[in-house]
Amino acid sequence: MAKFEIENLNLWYGSHHALKHVSLSIEALKITALIGPSGCGKSTLLKTLNRMNDLVEGCRITGRVLLDGQDVYGGMDTSLLRRRVGMVFQKPNPFPMSVYDNVAFGPRTHGIRGKARLDDIVERSLRAAAIWDELKDCLKKDALRLSGGQQQRLCIARALAVEPEVLLMDEPTSALDPISTSRIEDLVVSLKQNYTIIIVTHNMQQAARISDRTAFFLLGELVEYGDTEKLFSLPRDKRTENYITGRFG
Amino acid sequence: MAERRSDRGGIAFGPAEGKNVSLKCFRESLAAGLFAAAACICVLAVVLICAFLLANGIPGMVRIGVFDFLTGTRWKPSNNLYGIMPMILGSLYVTAGALLVGVPAGILTALFMSRFASRRMLKFMKPAVSLLAGIPSVVFGFFGLVVIVPLIRELFGGNGSSLLAACVLLGMMILPTIITVSESALNAVPQSYYEGALALGATHERAVFRVVLPAAKSGVAASVILGIGRAIGEAMAVMMVAGNWPVIPDSLLKGVRTLTSNIVMEMGYAADLHREALIATAVVLFVFILSINLLFSILKRRAGL
Repeated sequence: MAKFEIENLNLWYGSHHALKHVSLSIEALKITALIGPSGCGKSTLLKTLNRMNDLVEGCRITGRVLLDGQDVYGGMDTSLLRRRVGMVFQKPNPFPMSVYDNVAFGPRTHGIRGKARLDDIVERSLRAAAIWDELKDCLKKDALRLSGGQQQRLCIARALAVEPEVLLMDEPTSALDPISTSRIEDLVVSLKQNYTIIIVTHNMQQAARISDRTAFFLLGELVEYGDTEKLFSLPRDKRTENYITGRFG
Repeated sequence: MAERRSDRGGIAFGPAEGKNVSLKCFRESLAAGLFAAAACICVLAVVLICAFLLANGIPGMVRIGVFDFLTGTRWKPSNNLYGIMPMILGSLYVTAGALLVGVPAGILTALFMSRFASRRMLKFMKPAVSLLAGIPSVVFGFFGLVVIVPLIRELFGGNGSSLLAACVLLGMMILPTIITVSESALNAVPQSYYEGALALGATHERAVFRVVLPAAKSGVAASVILGIGRAIGEAMAVMMVAGNWPVIPDSLLKGVRTLTSNIVMEMGYAADLHREALIATAVVLFVFILSINLLFSILKRRAGL
């Protein structure tokens, strides 16, 4: 079943044509990896899915992005969209407040009050992000004083707290050390049970390790899209083969 | 110097170049000396002011009695009564009132300029705020005298020259300080906080008020402290609208005299102990300013500005 259906998507930043005729469908409860060299449009595509590109001046979009059959750009409330489609950024960006307030920010934004309910959400989210055991005794601690890996898992917990259906991850481990990276990878795989995950990564081994489907982008075009195993073992396109064997990029 | 230079370049100098280098070196050390002298003058000025104030103010304070001087509620130089409590309270009241007026308006303006205003709007607002900062205080005082004082007289009765007038006027005068410092603190908040909030479904307003503003709180607090410094040190404008009675005011419409206006009004004709009492008033003011500066530098360090 397709969660996202992207139909003939074109995107321009000013006069720069950043995404060219991209069509792909993203399956529910799977991990889809977007790979490709820098500037190929993979992060741009990710940001069109929760409309974070709206912040970019001079950004113009044609084509359709359907979330469960509903057009994301057809008058959907962005606040509601972003509640359904959460995002984890490349650089961990916890707010400069306590661990608890970070996780509770989303639910509070969507009108949830009451300490008992918030306590429950905070605990469940931190557990889901596999960081509860580390942080349960310091929920009042300033989030900026956590380590980079903890900050990123806190950001994942924060995204999970609003109970999204989809989780967008923009190179979530590129700023982290190998141990934190592998913990986040394990976490992402375990989250697949409940969430549709789309992850942008520079790291091809990472894509091969954790994703079910992989899309390879080059210069704004979707070159190849298919099952991860097939794409890495038997790429159909010469350009994909060159990229995954490290001949450029 | 010359040696270090040739070392760094790794080039052996001929005699002609050597001469050139020593000339350059001389010029450089001359310039460095000039800068050092300028810096010394600045530090010397502060030290001299401190020394003058303490040397001339402390003996007078001791002769009056430190306790009597600071807590006395009557200031009558003709009767040898030098109590500056009314002026200390006057300065505190006026400053507090100015903050009530200026802080909310200033912070909201800074928020508007930093996160809401269009570029065209900013083109107009930035110069307006810096112009406000550049208006001489006597012009502010004049504005207070011909606009605020009559307005208060009309609305609330009394003669208009009052604590209220001083608060409103000073509130306006501290606006540019609060706006510019708060705005730069708000602009320094990483965009990633804002984006993080939006990605959770927050609206622009919520992201700004609940994430960006709290993230800038040390810088905003620093702007308030600077505003306090400006308000407590202002003399001319306050003097023109405040009525200047050396009595503790019991209502917003009563006249009030601040530490600064006390000095300005009487220094011209004061002699002997009266003069010393005025200098001692300046010492008290100086202590206030010093603690405000200290607080500011602590906050500044915490805000990382």
